[in-house]
Amino acid sequence: MTEIATRPSPRTHPGALGGIRVVEMGFAAAGPLVGKYLANFGAEVIRLESRLAADVFRTTYPPFKDGVVGPDRAAMFAFYNDGKRSATLNLKNPNGVALARALIRTADVFVESFTPGTVARLGLGAETLRADNPGLIVLSSCNQGQTGPHAFHPGYGSQLSALAGFVQLLGETDSTPVLLYGPYIDYVAVGYGAIALLAALERRKRTAVGCTIDLSQYEAGLQFLTPTILEFAANGRIPGRAGNADAVAAPHGVYRCAGLDRWVALSVWADGEWRALRALMGIDGPSTAAARRLGRVELDERISKWTASRDRDLVVKLLRSEGIHAAPVLSISELFTDSQLAHRAMWPAVTHPTIGEMRLMAPPFRLSATPSVQERPGPTLGADNDHVFGEILGLSLDERRTLERDGVFE
Amino acid sequence: MCGRILADLGADVVKVEPRGGEADRLRPPFVGDVENSERSIPWLAANVNKRGVTCDLGSSEGRALFARLATKARIVVESFPPGRFGELGLNELLRDAIVVSITPYGQSGPLARVPASDLEVTAASGSLWLAGEEGRPPVRTAQPQSPYWSGMYGALGALVALQSPVAQRVDVSAQAAMATVHPPATLWWDIAREEHRRTGPFLLGRSNVGSRFRNLWACADGYVSFAIQGGPIGRHTGRMLAEWMAERGTVPAVIAAIDWERFDNTRLTQAEVDELEAAIAPFLLSLTKAEFFDTVVRRKMLGYPVGDASDSLADPQLRARDFWQMLSPAEGLAPLPFPGGFALFDGQRPAVRRPAPRVGQHNAEIYREAGVAPDELARLRAAGVV
Repeated sequence: MTEIATRPSPRTHPGALGGIRVVEMGFAAAGPLVGKYLANFGAEVIRLESRLAADVFRTTYPPFKDGVVGPDRAAMFAFYNDGKRSATLNLKNPNGVALARALIRTADVFVESFTPGTVARLGLGAETLRADNPGLIVLSSCNQGQTGPHAFHPGYGSQLSALAGFVQLLGETDSTPVLLYGPYIDYVAVGYGAIALLAALERRKRTAVGCTIDLSQYEAGLQFLTPTILEFAANGRIPGRAGNADAVAAPHGVYRCAGLDRWVALSVWADGEWRALRALMGIDGPSTAAARRLGRVELDERISKWTASRDRDLVVKLLRSEGIHAAPVLSISELFTDSQLAHRAMWPAVTHPTIGEMRLMAPPFRLSATPSVQERPGPTLGADNDHVFGEILGLSLDERRTLERDGVFE
Repeated sequence: MCGRILADLGADVVKVEPRGGEADRLRPPFVGDVENSERSIPWLAANVNKRGVTCDLGSSEGRALFARLATKARIVVESFPPGRFGELGLNELLRDAIVVSITPYGQSGPLARVPASDLEVTAASGSLWLAGEEGRPPVRTAQPQSPYWSGMYGALGALVALQSPVAQRVDVSAQAAMATVHPPATLWWDIAREEHRRTGPFLLGRSNVGSRFRNLWACADGYVSFAIQGGPIGRHTGRMLAEWMAERGTVPAVIAAIDWERFDNTRLTQAEVDELEAAIAPFLLSLTKAEFFDTVVRRKMLGYPVGDASDSLADPQLRARDFWQMLSPAEGLAPLPFPGGFALFDGQRPAVRRPAPRVGQHNAEIYREAGVAPDELARLRAAGVV
C-alpha cells in the first residue's frame, strides 16, 4: 500500500510527468503556458522556434532587460516558458521540416497554437504526424477552433474575453464595462488544454492510441460562464455587471481604507456575522439578508465611513477575529510579500543568463509526493540545439555543421 | 467544478451530499425563478454529468459507508475546511486514492483556516486590484470566477497526479489559482518595478514608454473591443481601419498620415495615442455590434464586440461547431442550452449527457455497486445515514 507521501525536497523524484516528451510550436501565452505546466511536473518540453519568425513574446512585448529589445532579453518569454528547452529550425527549409517531423516521431505530445491549417501546410499536420507515431497526442489550441466560419479570424485573448462575455460582467452598473487586465480567456484555455492532453495520455495507457485535440479558446472560456447562459435561456434575463453586489451575501463589497488606494473586501453570509459586523462598526441596518440586499447602497456608505479612517490590515484583523469573511485588496507588489503565497512558494526565484534574477509563477495546486520543480527560466533561443539535434536525433557534429551552413537552424 | 470536468471527460463521478442535499443547491438564480433544490442555476452548471448519493459523514456508520464507496475511487475531491477530512479519519481510509483538496488558501500556512468566499480570495490574489476604474473601488466579475479556476486546477492536478505511480494529495488554493490569471502584472513588478493597477477600459503593458491604449469603446448599441496595436496583424488591422473609414466617408488626417508598414505602437507617446483614439472614437460610435463583428471578420482585423449571453447563443461560429447541447435540467423542465464539452477529441465533443442528480437520486444503484445489500441500505436509511 502506498503511503501518502510528505513533501520531498526537489530533484529527488523524476516528477509526475517524468519520461513524457512534449514538442511545442506556438507563440504568446495560450499555447506555451500548457507546456510550462507540463515542464514544471517533469515533462521534457522542447520548444521549436525560428530566428526568422520568433515568438512575439521574444520580439514585441515588453518588458525587455534594460528596455533593449532582443529575443534573449524578453522577460515575458522567460516567464511563460520556464523549464523548457529551445531548439531552432527554419520550417521554410525542407530539411527543417524533416527534422521537426523526426523529433515529433519521438514525442508523446505535440502542442501547436498557430492559425488553423498552418502546421498542415508545413507538412506537420496531425494526420501525418500520427501516421508516423500512432501514440502521439496532438493539441491544437487557437482562438475560435479549427473549423467553422470564424476559424481563420485572428484574435488576441483580451479581446476574445470581451466577445465571450467576461467584460460585460465587470464594472459598475452606472458606468461602462472594464477590462480584466489581460488575455484572461487564454489562461482558461491553458488549463483546459493541459487537462485535455493529460486525459488523452491516460486513455492511451489502455488503448495505445493517440488523439487529435481541437481546443477553441472561446469555447473553453464559455465553460466559466455557464450560469449566465442558463440564466438567459431559462429566465430571459441577460446577466450584466453588478459592481460588487452578490445574489446572496449582504453586505458584500470593497471599502476604502486609510492611505492611498487601500481597500478591504468583506462579505456577510449569515445573520450572526451581520450582528458581529454591526457591533464592531457601531452601524445600523436591517436584520434580514433580503432587506440588506435591497438597502445595500446605504449600508455600503455606512461601512465605508467606518473603514475610511482605519488601517486596512487592522480592519482585516478585526473582522476576521469576529468571524467575518474579509481580506485586503492586495496590490500586485504585495503578492510577493504575502505570507500565505510565500508559504506556498508561489513565486520561485531563478537566474536568467541575460535578465538576471527573476521570479517565476508556481502552479496553484501542490502535489504532495511529486511537487513541481522550477529551476530554469524560459530558454534562450536555440539553447538546446546540441541536445535536441545531437543527442535526441543523433546527428553527428559534421551533419549539424552542414545543416547550419544551409540555414536549417535559423 | 473539478468533478464536473472529470465527468465531462467520461469519468464516473459520484457526488456525495449530506442528508437533504448540500447548501449550494439553494444558490440563486433558479430556473423559472422557482426556489428549490433542483433548480439552482449555478449548482446545475457545476453538477451535470454526475450521479449522486447522500451520506451522513457526521456518523461513524456514514463514514464507514463512504469508505466502501471511496476505496473504489481513483480520485476523491473534497472541499472541507483544512484538517476536517483528516479529523473524520478519511485520510487513513483513502491511502490509495488521489485526494484533491480545494480550499480558499490551501491546506497549510498562516491563512489556511481563515474563511473566505470568492470576493476575498479574489482580493487576496491581486486580480481584484487590477479591475475597475481609477478612483472607484476595484470590482469583481459578476459571475463568480474563483470556483471555476479552483475546480479547473483541481482537475488538472488530479490528472497530473494520475500519471505518477504514487497516490498523493493535490492541494489547490483558490487564492493562488486567482493569482495565475494576470501573469504580466506580476512580471512587470518583478522586472521593471512597475505597479500595474486598474485602468477601466485601458490596456497596459503594450508600450515601451508607458502609454496605455483604449480597448473598450462605445458603439451604437453597446460596446466593442478594439485597440491600436503593433505586430503584423495589428498593422494590418490599422490599414484595414483606414480603408474602412475611407469607404464610409473620410479618414481623419492623423490616421491617413500613418505609414502602417513601419507603424510601431510600443513607441507612441500618450499624447500621440490620445490623438489617434480621439479620431477613432466617433467612427466606432457610428457602428452597431453586428456591423463591427461582420466587418472585422471579413477584413481579418483584430477586434470583437463586447458579447453577452444572448450574443453567445446566437454566435454563428459556436453553432457551426455544434457547441450547445440541449438538456432538460430536471424532470418536467424545458431543455436548456449547456456549453458542450470544452474540446473536440478526434472530432468528438464530450456530451452533456446526464442532468445533475436529485438529492440521493442514485443511492440504491451506487450503494449496490459498492456491495451494500438492500436490507443493509434499508437499515441505514431508517437510521438516517443516507
